[in-house]
Amino acid sequence: MSSTAEIQTGVAEILEEVAGVAPADVSPEKSFTDDLDVDSLSMVEIATAVEDKFGVAIPDDELGNIKTVGDAISYIEKNQG
Amino acid sequence: MSTSTADVVVTGLGATTPLGGDVASTWEALLAGRSGVSRITEDWVKDFPAQLVARLAVDPAEQIDRVRARRLDRSQQVAVIAAEEAWRDAAGANAGVDPERIAVVFGTGIGGALTLLGQDDVLEQKGPKRVSPHTIPMLMPNGPAAAVGLAVGARAGVHAPVSACASGAEAVRWGLDLLRFDRADMVLVGGTEACVHPLPMAGFAAMRAMSTRNDEPSRASRPFDKGRDGFVLAEGAAALVLERADAAKARGAKVYARLAGAGATADGYDLVAPHPEGAGGARAMAAAIKDAGLTAADIGHVNAHATSTPMGDTAEATAIRRTIGDHPLVTATKSQTGHLLGAAGALESVFTILALRDQIVPATANLDDPDDHAAVQELDIVRTEPRRASFSAALNDSFGFGGHNLALVFTTV
Repeated sequence: MSSTAEIQTGVAEILEEVAGVAPADVSPEKSFTDDLDVDSLSMVEIATAVEDKFGVAIPDDELGNIKTVGDAISYIEKNQG
Repeated sequence: MSTSTADVVVTGLGATTPLGGDVASTWEALLAGRSGVSRITEDWVKDFPAQLVARLAVDPAEQIDRVRARRLDRSQQVAVIAAEEAWRDAAGANAGVDPERIAVVFGTGIGGALTLLGQDDVLEQKGPKRVSPHTIPMLMPNGPAAAVGLAVGARAGVHAPVSACASGAEAVRWGLDLLRFDRADMVLVGGTEACVHPLPMAGFAAMRAMSTRNDEPSRASRPFDKGRDGFVLAEGAAALVLERADAAKARGAKVYARLAGAGATADGYDLVAPHPEGAGGARAMAAAIKDAGLTAADIGHVNAHATSTPMGDTAEATAIRRTIGDHPLVTATKSQTGHLLGAAGALESVFTILALRDQIVPATANLDDPDDHAAVQELDIVRTEPRRASFSAALNDSFGFGGHNLALVFTTV
């Protein structure tokens, strides 16, 4: 089990790798598309990377509900383990 | 030369090649006689009959942002690098041209083969859910044109001719037509290729099309030489900015040359074998010269397609001699660059233009013992070292599997 802070750091690492987002710009209230400029294909890549890193499954209908970094962190916290 | 609205000129050049990461370094290396060919050292090559390749002199990773690069196939990365150099060279961004009047025509022979094959490995090893969502835009053959179009904000149209090793030249011709038909005011044209991978290598080798002179990499590509035994696969891209002469003049653009004419034909003979006398190539050359309003006597220099295959080179020599004559100074720059497939016609257009500008014809490397074929014997093929000469018109040949023949005529302005 990762802590909330560890999850946020892990998500930030993925965002940097996939989309070139600076880790300092990543915080729970940020929207992936509106604030961090992540396009839909990159969002799919990010979901795959999250699945690999945190051992969670993100079905397509759940991915649509993940709008912000905070949404992703909550989803991972609820489903990891 | 008279100037009319139909006159089309070249105002920007770009390239990344086995000889250099830009036009200037590539041209310098070409004139210096350097070879871009090396022997592959990876394990996979040990059972391959042909083990030579001409890789990029500068890794695209040094020239393009990492995040941008990971969404582009290598063929698209090099297309963007060459196109952006040409666009900067032409000061395209400051030309004041409406994006809806800017077009892109960028060809490739093979397309995103590295992505296709790499993602097939992912599919086999990790399953369908791990295949990248960028797979399709990275492998589609219009991907390089689309990536270049986005890079320069082109909205008049983005086109991707695919005609094997004639694709780059075909793109130049389409650009000429777009300007003549007033469908755009500025066209960024070019060709790209990056498919150094075991599968294309094995496929070309199975056709017996590649040189197996593995122990002498720099001597393997030897167009017109008696000892030639096939081409050397190369990677890279080249780009040109075209616009109408009056518009270029009005904005005070630097003008390299005039793209005076183009000719395109199909062999209608065989899917891959060249016509033994280069009949289709000859018709393309004649059409290009006529289109330029010139006669064969005006053509002072020919940049030959000449890939170093036994059949192709003699067929082309026959076509050049019959169509143009014995007088032009002929060169085969693939002797140093290797064969860039879909980028070849664009890169050799760049070389033809620089030859006109500098009034110098690069040498054909490795032409130690010209073929006994009469046409090869009688052509004036520049060898040993570049030759200075005075000429105002030059022709660039490109031919592709499928029987595609392109000829482009450039003139001084």
